Amino acid sequence: MHLRVDYRASLSLVGTVLKYLVVPLALPVAVALYYGESVVPFLVTMLVTAAVGTWLERLDPEPDLRAREGFLMVGVTWLAVALVGTIPYLVEAHGIPFLLGPLSPASTLANPVNALFESMSGFSTTGSTVLGDISFETHGRAIMMWRQLTQWLGGMGIVVLAVAILPQLSAGGAQLMDAEAPGPSIEKLTPRIAQTARLLWAAYLGFTVLEILLLYGLHRGGMAPQMDFYNAVAHGLTTMPTGGFSPEARSIEAFSAAAQWVVIPFMVVAGTNFALIWHALADDPRTFLEDTEFHTYLGIVAVLTAILAGLLFSGNGFVAPDAVTAGQTYDAAYVVDAAADHVGDAEPSIRAALFQVLAIVTTTGYASLDFNAWSAPAKYLLLFAMFIGGSAGSTGGGIKIVRWYVILKSLRRELFTTAHPEAVRPVRLGDRALDERAVRGIYAFTLLYFVIFAVATILLGLDAVRVGLDVTVLELVSASATTIGNVGPGFGFLGPMGGFVEFSNASKLLMVVLMWIGRLEILPVLVLLTPEYWKR
Amino acid sequence: MRVIIIGAGQVGESIASDLDRSHEVVIVERDADRVEDLTYSLDVLAVQGDGTSLSVLREAGIDEADMLIATTDNDETNIVACATAKAISDAFTVARVKNTEHLRTWQQSGDAFGIDFMVCTNLLAAEAIVRIIGLPAARDVDPFAEGRVQMAEFEVSPDSPVADQTVREADRFDSLTFAAILRNGEVVIPRGESVISAGDRVVVIGSPESVQAFSDALVPAESPGSPEEVVIVGGSEVGYHVARLLEERGLRPRLIEYDSERARRLAEKLPGTIVMESDATNAEFLEREHVGDADVVVSALDSDEKNLLVSLLATRLGAGRTVAIIDTPTYVELFEAVGVDVGLNPREVVAEEITRFTHEGGAENVALIESDKAEVLEIEVDRDSILVGQPISEVMTELPDGVVIGAITRHDEFVTPRGDTVIEPGDHVVVFVDIEVLDDVTPRL
Repeated sequence: MHLRVDYRASLSLVGTVLKYLVVPLALPVAVALYYGESVVPFLVTMLVTAAVGTWLERLDPEPDLRAREGFLMVGVTWLAVALVGTIPYLVEAHGIPFLLGPLSPASTLANPVNALFESMSGFSTTGSTVLGDISFETHGRAIMMWRQLTQWLGGMGIVVLAVAILPQLSAGGAQLMDAEAPGPSIEKLTPRIAQTARLLWAAYLGFTVLEILLLYGLHRGGMAPQMDFYNAVAHGLTTMPTGGFSPEARSIEAFSAAAQWVVIPFMVVAGTNFALIWHALADDPRTFLEDTEFHTYLGIVAVLTAILAGLLFSGNGFVAPDAVTAGQTYDAAYVVDAAADHVGDAEPSIRAALFQVLAIVTTTGYASLDFNAWSAPAKYLLLFAMFIGGSAGSTGGGIKIVRWYVILKSLRRELFTTAHPEAVRPVRLGDRALDERAVRGIYAFTLLYFVIFAVATILLGLDAVRVGLDVTVLELVSASATTIGNVGPGFGFLGPMGGFVEFSNASKLLMVVLMWIGRLEILPVLVLLTPEYWKR
Repeated sequence: MRVIIIGAGQVGESIASDLDRSHEVVIVERDADRVEDLTYSLDVLAVQGDGTSLSVLREAGIDEADMLIATTDNDETNIVACATAKAISDAFTVARVKNTEHLRTWQQSGDAFGIDFMVCTNLLAAEAIVRIIGLPAARDVDPFAEGRVQMAEFEVSPDSPVADQTVREADRFDSLTFAAILRNGEVVIPRGESVISAGDRVVVIGSPESVQAFSDALVPAESPGSPEEVVIVGGSEVGYHVARLLEERGLRPRLIEYDSERARRLAEKLPGTIVMESDATNAEFLEREHVGDADVVVSALDSDEKNLLVSLLATRLGAGRTVAIIDTPTYVELFEAVGVDVGLNPREVVAEEITRFTHEGGAENVALIESDKAEVLEIEVDRDSILVGQPISEVMTELPDGVVIGAITRHDEFVTPRGDTVIEPGDHVVVFVDIEVLDDVTPRL
């Protein structure tokens, strides 16, 4: 009988997962070899990962995983991979004494906190960056590929991947996936959880490959000059996980309209429940028509897009020209250009609105233009969208559409029962009546989410005062909203073309925690912090 | 025809008494006292024993039986009895069930459990209630010819527009036939000059539209058309199905259930119904929820007395009409006398449904008027029928009084029967027949 949490079993499994991280590291190695860059950062990482993994694995040769150990394993796994993910950045920035000089001495990633921020931002698919200068001159293509790969691995979930691959995880796999998968609960597609995990990853891989092929096909067809094979892979790896790390400093804005239109449907897919996609592909396409969350998702995107497109088209979506000179963080010339491109022109307005709404709602975080140039109503619309989130079971972050739907329905019920106290009204999701415990859980989650968001905003503000960082309220609010929601860009200097590098180390560490608990949907991490969890 | 009935409860006995005149009926019943009773009260052979047992079925003569009707109060017993009978004989098997899951299974496969025909008590009762709800003032409604023809029984109130009119005056409706007037328990076959008095019940047969129109005309102007507000008291199986069927018609009924777990389950299963958890005899609650404003209040609680109480309370609060489920057949008339507008006994509905299978002469469908005063039959006529080949006015001279041709459908089209209408082979005819002349007339039709 284990009365206490068997941390050895949990850590042993974390070790196994780390050991297998060696396999995906082969991709940046291949990129480095192809472009003639150094493979040392990755070889070092492989070595460290394998060593640490094997050492941890030996803590408990026959780990017995139960629900409590599952939480610990999931929480620690994400921390561990984020730590391991910093190694290539640190080696790139510092080199190895007597063996290799620094490859990129000017890199902001030389600061270990920055490296951790970037790594956690990658694995948690947040997409917020502390890279000062996003270019292949400062950072090699292999390092950038690693950055994009962390998002792809984090998207569908490292633990889901582990469940799919590791037979020793099949028994407790459902709990593990529940702790990690976005949304209120997981849906088993097949009787065996490992097979479900494999199906999810297969669908994920399939869409990624499809997007890469389409983007590269566009390039070969001459419709996307910038979208070479490297870029096609980079964007394939960061769209499907709703990550948003683009190797281009100007994100998707650097690519043609056609390339942007190709990315749009893949963001839609990435924000959709993968179980739903699987059912629709495998059994019946009509599943889409019957799914309440999917309807709501499309409805929200359509309404926000319509409003935003209207604002952009009419010119009300941009900062007033006379405000441009008032020492703002946006580039005055850029605003004038952007407004000239969109006002009175339907296609760019609709494209920009749809792209940006999808990028924020699904928490992908790409930018097809710098929304710092937008007027206050348009910006607040995006800030609002940061709290919506993708569908349950998608790779998107945030609060999730299904939770909002349930909350709104149950609020409507409260109004009704005020007038009719005896009425019995279950909250319905489509045809399904939800258990009251599930409704309570959703309330608890959402409340916690906002409490953490609010506390984090205050802490970031205090820290900014401490170090004398000049930030606006919108910048502060967007910083905590974008990191806990795994969205990516914020507003002002955190905008899509900016970054988080100016924050102090303390603030960045706080945001690392926000990204971590945001990715794991708060409760699995918070439970680790309660004494009840550790007591017998 | 030899018919074996398993279970001598209300349904079994009711079917047996319908059939004992024209068929050889064997009843299998576990309770020895009931067996004793039946032996003397009905002209049937009563066998004591378990209807699912092979030896008992053999004793009842399953080998020569044409039909086995399993109608005990236990679904599983009825299903096993039918399956057993099917395994050892060719008898047509009829099973009565309460659980609609069984019905659904059977409907999916067509012959699951070795059952040829399955009736579901709760569902039939609910369907009957919903039909009655659909027609203001109707006391009974039965569909014929796949819904193309309706038979309905109405009560004529003193302030009704047709009160004190002759049938000829009242007959302002296309495709509607006055089949009978029920006056003081007697069946009167209406003639053109017959006067419809207040307190009479009229039986009409016609297209659903014309029956609806007649129903609307009968009711004084303030509450025309079909009801909007329906309150169902009691979340029994019947109550649940009534709510479900009303939902299917696009209404949003309210359902009151006392048990909180049951209320929750019903609320989950009925998205279009507002489920309330309360004691329905709580007058304050009824007032607060404006139950008095309801067009129809259906009481489907598990006790007859409570249903009576709820109906009376609702009537006092001002509800339009009350329909009550009454389990004890002898109470039906009494309750209707003291204030329930329509009393409905589920077992009677089932007995009626089962009886139609046992009719000789090719009746497709049967409705009983006033339990046993008259029958409405649907017949597909063939060349040998007396109805074929001559105008109806001439046919009628050859048939005794007490027969009314109510409606005809030809190739799924409704044909209004008039004196010069000639019926063709293959037509479906809905006929009203007084019980007095039933045995004489049915073989000739």
